[in-house]
Amino acid sequence: MILLVADHNNGKPTKAALELVQAARDLGREGPITALVLGQNLAPVANELAKYVEQVLVADLPQLASYNPELWAAAVTQIAQEGEAHTVLISASRSGREYSARVAVKLDAPLLEDVIRVQDQGGALQGTKYAYLARVTEIYESSAPLTVVSVKPGAYNPAQPESTAGEQYDVELELPTSRTRSTGKVIEKTTRVPLTEADIVITGGRGLGSPEKFSSLIEGLADNLGAGVGATRAVVDAGWRPYGEQVGQTGKTVAPKAYIAIGVSGAVQHLSGMGKSKYIVAVNKDPEAPIFKNADYGIVGDLHQVIPALIDATQK
Amino acid sequence: MNILCVIRQVPDGEAKLRINNSKVDLDGVTVIMDGMDEYGVEQALRLREAGASVEQIIVLAVGPARNEDAIRTALAMGADRAIHVETGEYLDPISLSKIVAQVAQEENASLIFSGGQQSDWDSQALGAATAERLSWPQVTWTNALELSGETLKGKHDIDEGAETFEVELPAVITTQQGLNDPRYPTLPNIMKAKKKELRKDTLEKYGVQARLRHVSSTIQVRERAGKLIDGKDPQAAAAQLLELLRNEAKVIS
Ligand SMILES: Cc1cc2nc3c(=O)[nH]c(=O)nc-3n(C[C@H](O)[C@H](O)[C@H](O)COP(=O)(O)OP(=O)(O)OC[C@H]3O[C@@H](n4cnc5c(N)ncnc54)[C@H](O)[C@@H]3O)c2cc1C
Repeated sequence: MILLVADHNNGKPTKAALELVQAARDLGREGPITALVLGQNLAPVANELAKYVEQVLVADLPQLASYNPELWAAAVTQIAQEGEAHTVLISASRSGREYSARVAVKLDAPLLEDVIRVQDQGGALQGTKYAYLARVTEIYESSAPLTVVSVKPGAYNPAQPESTAGEQYDVELELPTSRTRSTGKVIEKTTRVPLTEADIVITGGRGLGSPEKFSSLIEGLADNLGAGVGATRAVVDAGWRPYGEQVGQTGKTVAPKAYIAIGVSGAVQHLSGMGKSKYIVAVNKDPEAPIFKNADYGIVGDLHQVIPALIDATQK
Repeated sequence: MNILCVIRQVPDGEAKLRINNSKVDLDGVTVIMDGMDEYGVEQALRLREAGASVEQIIVLAVGPARNEDAIRTALAMGADRAIHVETGEYLDPISLSKIVAQVAQEENASLIFSGGQQSDWDSQALGAATAERLSWPQVTWTNALELSGETLKGKHDIDEGAETFEVELPAVITTQQGLNDPRYPTLPNIMKAKKKELRKDTLEKYGVQARLRHVSSTIQVRERAGKLIDGKDPQAAAAQLLELLRNEAKVIS
């Protein structure tokens, strides 16, 4: 069987979970597509998932109320073994990329990590992924009887429901005790469109010169365009903006319809987090700035003049 | 206790990459210690400087001969000695974790540092895979860390934000930005590093084989329109850009 781990939020499968379903369908390997849900009070999620897959395995346990790498790895491994899975699909979120590695070791299986495409090539699995800070695309192949695959969020379109409902089963698990204790969580909240979901992202760099200019110019333009706000690491390190807004290798990966980089030089570590955006727009006073080599449209000029003009022109 | 710092040598971010025989060819390319791993080496040194009873800080690198440069950098930062498993073979992180786990056991390490994401493979798997092989806990994406007794306390990033944690040694920690500012090796320390022990091992010793076969590598060439507008007249430039976004790209209405 193809086993996929379906993440959920507020009683619903996440978009990434439905993307995994699509990846599983496109793969077309034999056996039922089986979704595993881990957590507590899972009836609504399980009912919803049953519209998409042939089997839903439900592990409804208090220990699974929140994510833990050791428990998640143990649970997925047990189900993969009992169900004789040949493919395990996990969403390549921060947590997914963490516990998928543990699952691969437990199952003595290869890991195709953070793939944008996975295909069956005469029985072997080929995964396409980015490498070298997303400057290179590489294909790797696993010929093992069982392969663990983590799939990059956003790489597949979310699946559509099927006409027949899948079966639901409760599963029993033997779980270890975790040795890491969480002592508090800080959940990121924003009143704007979340960066990773926004159609337009406006990112400010050190070229803005001060946190005040960042607020007035970047937020001003973002307000007019209904855009999410991003920042470069230089800006975050300087304490102008919170880390949650950072785009890049050590920040978030985004691929909106339009990415507007203002006073951003375009370092590779930054590009690796936004280079897959549909349209890239740059405003920079330096015509040689690397960001222009990656831009569809650009204004070569002083942002302190250009952005107020853009704000005026987009005023509702 | 002993701390093991796993480092990788990767092309400098600005280096131009080329493909040869459908593989990335690093001959003649400037290579450096992966920035993410540097945080781990620095943090090991800081734990010692803060008074933890750190006996040895051992650096481990797996890769071709040229990795010696990155190893010497780590030694010059202050690590005590190094192990270099010399191989030209490509190893995926799950296979690599087998070597790291064996070295950790042989060297009696109780803390392992490794970078949050490798900038050659763009992988985040090594830390967690190593922890699993050793049956240790791991904490990934750590940006604050201190040790009191046998307990590590710190902060790290999770899917929805950040989390503070406590974990008992032994453990694997993957490092990232915010944890510290890695020091630059000074000239005297670079000289001293030349005399520090650098043991060479072969891949055979660890009985490890790659579990994935490399099929191909392609440089990303994404055609971008590259239409540049002169911003000397800001109003005209703004109007022209909005016109392109509305009518050509159709991303705003
Ligand atoms: C391990 C590692 C991980 C990293 N991860 C990330 C990451 O996740 N995200 C990230 O962003 N960076 C990351 N970096 C840092 C990255 O290398 C760059 O240092 C950073 O992106 C630079 O930010 P910047 O473009 O805002 O600043 P700068 O490089 O200083 O660029 C400022 C730009 O503004 C322009 N400018 C100045 N004044 C004006 C004006 N008046 N009008 C118009 N333009 C103007 C300048 O011409 C310049 O191009 C990482 C680095 C390392 C080593």
